[in-house]
Amino acid sequence: MGRPVLTIQNLSTSFRIQGEYYAAVDDVHLEVRKNEVLAIVGESGSGKSALALSIMGLHNMQQTKVEGHIDFQNQNLLDLSLKQLNQIRGKEIGMIFQDPMTALNPLATIGAQIEEPMKYHMKELSKRDRKLHALELLRRVGIRNEERVYNQYPHELSGGMRQRVVIAIALACDPVLLIADEPTTALDVTIQAQIMDLMKALQSEMDSGIILITHDLGVVAEMADRVAVMYAGQIVEIAEVTKLIRNPLHPYTRSLLNSLPSHTGGKERLHVIDGVVPALQNLERSGCRFAPRIAWIPESAHHENPTLEEVEPNHFVRCTCYQHFYFPEEKEGEMNDVTT
Amino acid sequence: MSLLKVNNLKVHYPIRGGFFRTVKDHVRAVDGVSFELDKGETYGLVGESGCGKTTTGRAIIGLNSVTEGEIIFEGEDLVSLKHRDRRKYIQDIQMVFQDPYSSLNSRKNVLNIIAEPLRNFERLSPTEELLRVQELVERVGLTPESIYKYPHQFSGGQRQRIGIARALTLNPKLIIADEPVSALDVSVQAQVLNFMQDIQEEFDLTYLFISHDLGIVRHMSDRLGIMHNGRLVEEGTRDDIFENAQHPYTKRLLAAIPEMEPEKRIDKKVLREEVNRLYREQHDAYYSEDGRVYDLQSLTETHSVALQGGAKQ
Repeated sequence: MGRPVLTIQNLSTSFRIQGEYYAAVDDVHLEVRKNEVLAIVGESGSGKSALALSIMGLHNMQQTKVEGHIDFQNQNLLDLSLKQLNQIRGKEIGMIFQDPMTALNPLATIGAQIEEPMKYHMKELSKRDRKLHALELLRRVGIRNEERVYNQYPHELSGGMRQRVVIAIALACDPVLLIADEPTTALDVTIQAQIMDLMKALQSEMDSGIILITHDLGVVAEMADRVAVMYAGQIVEIAEVTKLIRNPLHPYTRSLLNSLPSHTGGKERLHVIDGVVPALQNLERSGCRFAPRIAWIPESAHHENPTLEEVEPNHFVRCTCYQHFYFPEEKEGEMNDVTT
Repeated sequence: MSLLKVNNLKVHYPIRGGFFRTVKDHVRAVDGVSFELDKGETYGLVGESGCGKTTTGRAIIGLNSVTEGEIIFEGEDLVSLKHRDRRKYIQDIQMVFQDPYSSLNSRKNVLNIIAEPLRNFERLSPTEELLRVQELVERVGLTPESIYKYPHQFSGGQRQRIGIARALTLNPKLIIADEPVSALDVSVQAQVLNFMQDIQEEFDLTYLFISHDLGIVRHMSDRLGIMHNGRLVEEGTRDDIFENAQHPYTKRLLAAIPEMEPEKRIDKKVLREEVNRLYREQHDAYYSEDGRVYDLQSLTETHSVALQGGAKQ
């Protein structure tokens, strides 16, 4: 395991809603190490994208308050001026966005878009070198007729090809950290498989850290080394991927895994998590945030002030409720015995 | 007798060009698809985007005009019927759309959304209508007072259930569900899928389930058809397809399902490369020179594969 590339401490990102600030990312600690893929999983509204945008400094600062430390190469990204930050984004940190159609400029050729970050960050390159580098990048992301694609526009490419181009742009300046926000969600299954395989291959040759943000546990199982599960702005469980899939502890992780249709294969019923992710304004901020959605677990099972505890080496879980958690459909019989 | 029989369905779109915008060629979106649905079963139609699965669904309900072929619903060919005569049958077929954010009119409240099919096909007094809608709203698990709310006040899963309630108003026999859960979160997905199974039993529904997600199709369907380039490449029961896939395209789709066990992911990657290699090598045996999929040949009673001349293997 490599040294940390990025260390996040006490990160809170709050959005202003009707004059009040509400934390969408609440006191998050994370570490991304060299050579690893750290997946951040959660439903929409869990704060996973807000976290990624905080690292990149892409929030609208008039509406958002970002507090804490994001340590990258011995500096706190949150203290940097816009000018200093621009020296880092696109160069040291690359980002792959979800929808390749909106991430690319429809009016510029693929070549021009790949060369754009080089113009800012690799000024020593001549025009010719830039083109050579762009062509090499296109080859690296698995585009075979790179000369032709170089002069094409985004609308001329298929979804999978576009996503490859987006990845090429993110890789243009050899980033130390790559943030991929739902990189395969907008793609077809076969293309998704190709992109996942490509990213794995690139990771092994690139030796940088990758933050993979996704809601798809299948993608996580295929790509991640470590997984952080987020719920309502907090990380509720972090573990190595094998451990997390084999032996999930937190009720939320277990519920998510049980609600996957591909997990069962048969026609039996899927687990449904009661209720909805609470809106930011209505979120109960003390106690276990998942408690309202597992109402059958007695209140005494929850920790009053849950924190992430290391229950096994490198396996962190928030709140004590995991020790008492069971699925109501599994234990219905036993429950009846208790009540009678 | 089967509830729905689609026979050699073709939907072609003209490509116009030249000085007089004359028809130069056709896009063969659906090019000779045949399948049957029995009462009470769920038939999954799977394929990548652009394979014609949605066009097939829309042609059955009459949203696309059919170039050629028959759609026989309860013994009556919908294609040859006049528009007015078709109304009688068409109310037994309803559709659930993919995106619950754009398929509900944001200017109408839930009452008006759900009552619209009733107003089109049945003459009810406002009180009767209200009762019917309230009953449905409760059935799909929303509170009775929500009928005066507007779509933006609901979450994605709730909206999709409103869409399903609208499809249920006329007590249909067949529901065409076009990617009903692909815009939803995993936990909400589970909720909608469970709900669809519940109402299937309760209302004795037949589903044509269109999706690109094999995990979901496997969970929902009794039989499935795999589409590629506007034609079916393989058809069979769930076990036929998932345990004994024959066509290289089907194998390729199956290999693309993410591996849930992290230890096996290297093997999976190797398998994927292998399957892709086979797909390229065997391409000529399964596709004609101009890239058309051959006709289906049956292997067993339930399982059929598109291959040349019907030779096995």
